[in-house]
Amino acid sequence: MDDVGVRVTARPPGTIAAAWLIARKDLAIEFRTRTAFLSSLVFAVLALCILYFAWDESVIAPADRAPGVLWVVVAFSGLLGLQRSFSIEEHDRGIDALLVAPTSREAIYLGKAIGNLLFLCAVQAVTLPALVLFYNLPVGQSLLAVAAIMLLATIGIVAVGTLFSAMAVNTRMAELLLPMLSLPFFVPVLLNAAQATTRVLGGRPASEAWPWLRIIIAFDIVFVVACTMAFPYTLEE
Amino acid sequence: MLSPSGSPVVEASGVCRTFGRRRAVDGVDLSLAAGESLALFGPNGAGKTTLLKLIAGLLAPTSGTVRVLGRALRSEAASRASIGLISHQSMLYRALTALENVEFAAKLYGVDAPRDAAMGALERMRVADRARTPVRALSRGLQQRVAIARSIVHQPALLLLDEPYTGLDAAGAAALTDMLRELRDARATLVLVTHNVDEGLAVASRAIIMLDGRFVREDDCAALDAAAYRAAYRAMVVGEVASPWTMSVSA
Repeated sequence: MDDVGVRVTARPPGTIAAAWLIARKDLAIEFRTRTAFLSSLVFAVLALCILYFAWDESVIAPADRAPGVLWVVVAFSGLLGLQRSFSIEEHDRGIDALLVAPTSREAIYLGKAIGNLLFLCAVQAVTLPALVLFYNLPVGQSLLAVAAIMLLATIGIVAVGTLFSAMAVNTRMAELLLPMLSLPFFVPVLLNAAQATTRVLGGRPASEAWPWLRIIIAFDIVFVVACTMAFPYTLEE
Repeated sequence: MLSPSGSPVVEASGVCRTFGRRRAVDGVDLSLAAGESLALFGPNGAGKTTLLKLIAGLLAPTSGTVRVLGRALRSEAASRASIGLISHQSMLYRALTALENVEFAAKLYGVDAPRDAAMGALERMRVADRARTPVRALSRGLQQRVAIARSIVHQPALLLLDEPYTGLDAAGAAALTDMLRELRDARATLVLVTHNVDEGLAVASRAIIMLDGRFVREDDCAALDAAAYRAAYRAMVVGEVASPWTMSVSA
């Protein structure tokens, strides 16, 4: 290939490699600006704090309130991060550069979803210790189990939220539309995750949490596949 | 460059694109061979950008077909490796540096040694000294140079340019014209959308005027009198737009 010549042989990356490139690019942008991370984190810690003082401790023990509080905080702090996923593409139409590149639409979706998953995991890596601190939860194996439940549930939240973020970004009321579209789909994940978390934090056998986890895993599989297939249609003008 | 089947680089047949009831592109036929450079002129709303997006695969035609190197870009992701696009917007990420933006594009296109290729593209657009500056800190003109570097980093066989001179100063415009001539000499195919006749004719081998979504005039630039063409274009556009301001300019 010469200096100005036309490149004839290029080897574009496959779907997974392209998705990873896009995810790394999104995380690099977030690392530079930290706007979404800080706003999600501040919201999460504030919400934990407010919800702690909102109830009478003598009526409901903090440990009993923790699962519900955790999943409310995860859902809404997650929305703040998901909102930004496609807005960074819209500013100077970076999405057009992705669409013109030899990258499948599915790779763009998966890249965005992987970036969102890592972003939400980073937020939750701070939220969970804060929850333990505020609600005086036992530190041990049950916490690892809660982390695993959070990961499984976050996959489902990200699968749905990434798709709706792409749909909402071109609308005038994107900030309003994303929660309106996403939250009804989050409900099955959140309900089951809260139930599983209650069992785990209550010291019950793992077998009691398993039925709830199975529903979350099924949701993850169905919505990762369905949203990956539906995503290309959200990009049509 | 011909595709393996010997078809032209760009082949559009009976292409229509509607937005609601409005026909932005109305029955366009276009065939471009390797090394051809097309300047597409027309007033605002003539359908130039829509046609460019149809060729790039960003839009699907309402009817008709668009093929690049014999293949449909929208259904074959790998075939998009042969095209580059410079759009109205920079398509850059403001939080990333110029080098990171171009390197990201190089990696997406599977370019060997992406960092070196990115630096090379920035040097060609004479903006390598700002390689490590975040794009948000660059002026509009420098952002445009970086955007052009991003679009040529994979040395495309087909380069689509939508008003690429917007925001460029004299040095930037000269670098772009030099680069377009080099690409043309290297048998790349160019489609340049512009309002400016002089900019278009400087690199084009063929010129088309578009009005209301249709091609209304097509010329071979080798046999073209630039002054007469400029006058004819102005008359067409003024006749089409008929605003008091353009009337006074043309008078």
